[in-house]
Amino acid sequence: MPDLLIELLSEEIPARMQARARADLKKLVTDGLVEAGLTYAAAEAFSTPRRLALAVAGLTAESPRIVEERKGPREDAPEAAIAGFLRSTGLARDALELREAGKGRAFFAVIERPGRPAAEIVAEVLERVIRTFPWPKSMRWGAGNLRWVRPLQSILCILHDEAGASVVPLDIDGIAAADRTRGHRFHAPAEFAVTSFEDYATRLKRAFVVLDPAERAALIRAEADNMAFAAGLQVVADEALLAEVAGLVEWPVVLMGPIGERFLDLPPEVLQTSMREHQKFFSVRDPKSGKIVRYVTVANRETADHGATILAGNGKVLAARLADAQFFWNNDLRVAGSGMTAWIEGLAGVTFHNKLGSQADRVDRIARLARLIAPRVGADPDLAEQAARVAKADLRSAMVGEFPELQGIMGRYYAAAAGMPAEVAAACEAHYAPLGPSDEVPVAPVSVAVALADKLDTLTGFWAIDEKPTGSKDPFALRRAALGVIRLLLASDLRLPLAEVIDIQLLDHEIRDNLDTEEERDLFRLHDMLDDIAGRGVIGAAVEALTERLAGAPAAQVEEGSWLDRLRATIPAGRDDLLAFFHDRLKVYLRDRGIRHDVIDACLALPGNDDLVLLVRRAEALGAFLATEDGENLVQGFRRANNILTQAEAKDGVEYSFGADPKFAETEAERALFAALDRAEGAIAPAIEAEDFAAAMQGMAALRAPVDAFFEAVQVNADNPVVRRNRLNLLSRIRTACLAVGDLTRIEG
Amino acid sequence: MTDATPRCFQDVILRLQSYWASKGCAILQPYDMEVGAGTFHPATTLRALGSKPWAAAYVQPSRRPTDGRYGENPNRLQHYYQYQVLIKPSPPDLQELYLGSLAAIGIDLDLHDIRFVEDDWESPTLGAWGLGWEVWCDGMEVSQFTYFQQVGGHDCKPVSGELTYGLERLAMYVLGIDHVMEMPFNDPQSPIPLSYGDIFRQTEQEYSRWNFDQAETEMLLRHFEDAEAECERILAAEEHDASGRRIVMAHPAYDQCIKASHLFNLLDARGVISVTERQAYIGRVRALAKRCADAFVRTEAGGGGGTA
Repeated sequence: MPDLLIELLSEEIPARMQARARADLKKLVTDGLVEAGLTYAAAEAFSTPRRLALAVAGLTAESPRIVEERKGPREDAPEAAIAGFLRSTGLARDALELREAGKGRAFFAVIERPGRPAAEIVAEVLERVIRTFPWPKSMRWGAGNLRWVRPLQSILCILHDEAGASVVPLDIDGIAAADRTRGHRFHAPAEFAVTSFEDYATRLKRAFVVLDPAERAALIRAEADNMAFAAGLQVVADEALLAEVAGLVEWPVVLMGPIGERFLDLPPEVLQTSMREHQKFFSVRDPKSGKIVRYVTVANRETADHGATILAGNGKVLAARLADAQFFWNNDLRVAGSGMTAWIEGLAGVTFHNKLGSQADRVDRIARLARLIAPRVGADPDLAEQAARVAKADLRSAMVGEFPELQGIMGRYYAAAAGMPAEVAAACEAHYAPLGPSDEVPVAPVSVAVALADKLDTLTGFWAIDEKPTGSKDPFALRRAALGVIRLLLASDLRLPLAEVIDIQLLDHEIRDNLDTEEERDLFRLHDMLDDIAGRGVIGAAVEALTERLAGAPAAQVEEGSWLDRLRATIPAGRDDLLAFFHDRLKVYLRDRGIRHDVIDACLALPGNDDLVLLVRRAEALGAFLATEDGENLVQGFRRANNILTQAEAKDGVEYSFGADPKFAETEAERALFAALDRAEGAIAPAIEAEDFAAAMQGMAALRAPVDAFFEAVQVNADNPVVRRNRLNLLSRIRTACLAVGDLTRIEG
Repeated sequence: MTDATPRCFQDVILRLQSYWASKGCAILQPYDMEVGAGTFHPATTLRALGSKPWAAAYVQPSRRPTDGRYGENPNRLQHYYQYQVLIKPSPPDLQELYLGSLAAIGIDLDLHDIRFVEDDWESPTLGAWGLGWEVWCDGMEVSQFTYFQQVGGHDCKPVSGELTYGLERLAMYVLGIDHVMEMPFNDPQSPIPLSYGDIFRQTEQEYSRWNFDQAETEMLLRHFEDAEAECERILAAEEHDASGRRIVMAHPAYDQCIKASHLFNLLDARGVISVTERQAYIGRVRALAKRCADAFVRTEAGGGGGTA
């Protein structure tokens, strides 16, 4: 059982591509080997900035010999058929065998495929993998046509066992596989031969190359932590940066240096971002002051002066970078100190989206909506509006221009510097949240109001211009925005019916969208409608109220094809579509929390489904109930009742929904069900009214036994038509009672 | 190895010149037009096209009007120098050759940390792109290293290797200077020592003012359109002249493309081009560059046909 070792040495591979390349190399090579009939015990891939390597242990020495038997035409078949069989099997006529087959003899072909040596298969697979490797971006070099991420310099490919190692014969566009590689570019550039994976890894280490990226990352982490600890400091953890830096060095040497005294007053986020983005430095914090006071850089080599020159050079570059940052910060503070007006006005010149206007237009919409939402989330409307008006101002600051990822964070600093209330400053940062799944969800009311307004405006805006996410395409991160709304509402337990705010915001977008049309005159009146929707809840009523006010005419006379007429259709359609999008996101969100999608579907059928908090409460209660034995059985009973009813209604052409009377009850079980339904209906309706869903479910649970007993004892389709009709009407009461807690027909299973 | 560190800016340039000359490059002179980067020199843009081998190195004065800071910023200039090397096909030891050039200008490779950090290069105005790195020396970017994949919309076959050194920044690093204007230009021991500032501080001020406030935008716009029209006219001309010789005028047309590109940069510095217009202007220059590339590959130097 030989082991296989492959190394592809190249010029520097981008750090961000290495993890994926390791996984691809391992999968593509091992899949290819297995497909060709080999098996292996274990495989592991490695990378450094200059090499991709794969070690496959316990490979079979050759693929198995395969014998295949195929039955051909009968002995007396026409010559053409026999010739065809010979062609398809690749055999000569005298190699065929004649055997008894049923009522006569037929030709048989025995095709033997000999096993192939592993080396031959490896060469074939590796060549294919190299020629078709899925780099995100690849290139040609020199005069050749081969593509690789950067010029490929050499291929090491050996099979080795106790008896020794042998090179797999392979030549790709002039690069012949060998058993040789090179060490570190500066420390050990000479070629050397290797005989096994262990030998390879050991010799590489002697040649100043740590092959395993995990080992390099661990070395960097340990050394950086030690160095910081010895100075009474701590390294700010940054896993993404650690992985990147580990991909930039073959021989990590950790160095720690000071940050100039004059830069220590910059916000820690600025220091950290500048150092990480420009120079891939780790930040080192003083735990006592919380300030970032030093940096850690990782060099790719040792030097006679123990890194002094390297550190001095890096320190110089850092000083130049931080001088820039400080210049931005000081200039920005001046603008902030004067109330940020220059930035806020400047937002008019920044396009948000060519169909959705400027950032200033957007801020206007968000501010109005934040003000409207504020009372619903317990925020002061004035503060919410103020926060919305300054929340995007930092987009015009020099610092955010340089480091876009600091948006919001700088807003918080600058709003505070402008002397704005603490809630407003906090909202400048928090209104972007939650972004990632691990992001904290804001609960401070002003932040929540602005965060909701921002996301809802974005969603309705892209809905209004019909730029919805499709498949894997979601360029404006609308799924994340919808999930953000959901998480904001649930985290603060906010009862905010979305239909109404969506209507308002869709209308606002319609107004902006049509500002240049001839109906411009009417648009100002439409603004009034925003308030009406807020008061009346739905667009239809608002349109009617408005038209009555405008023309003294009844709503029915809204002119066909006019603005108002069109809005009456487009806004509800857009709203329903967007609500359905919210419901889809909610299902995904709740599925991860163990609530079944069919349970949510059942609850969606109830009125008020645009109130997501209510919807979730219902779903949780129904889900819990369905998980009980009572729940499971009652659903069975409901289904049975519903089936019988549906069939009877279809057959009789009538709806059995009213008039069940206990006086026609013939059995005890029937009478017991009447009594149980009376009690349940009395309990369920008020419980639902009071949103006490647990109590409603208790009411439901009490139905289970009587319903079961009823079906046990009673034949619904009785001969007596009066009794039959009465029983069908009774079933209808079961159906109605059950549907009050959700559309149980949607429950699967 | 060359002795010790250079003493002045021109020392760095001279050492690069003699290093690349010793590696077989033709040492060309700067192109005699205003360009934004050394890449615009036809010795790079056009010669990267076609099948003929090429090896050239040169200094290229470059102008980026928007980077002007009246000579006050320690690192930013509206006029600066790039050192450019283009070798086609890219030799297998180009990285080693490049490292040798750093040693030649006094960077001790045993003391410094040299790194090749991913940086893909793209020139939207030239319709060109390539893959490569920015080269870091102790965390500072000292060069751009690119394998050209496409120029003017044409695949580069064979591929050229391109090296671009930002000379001021590199020299400041080697010489340990913090402000560009303080950098010695000639030997500080000379009878008449001159600093970078002695030579360029005043011009930086003058051009910054002109670039930002004074350049006549109506005229610049007109010149842009003239250059564009002339480029198209030249390329549309019959390939054979009056006496029947086939002469494709790729270079004169490309000069007009360079002009249009620089005029666009000036207009940009004057702040008269909006964000949306910007893309349109870049697209117009790219269209010219592409047509010049189309023409060049039909010429003898471009490896196609030649004179009839």
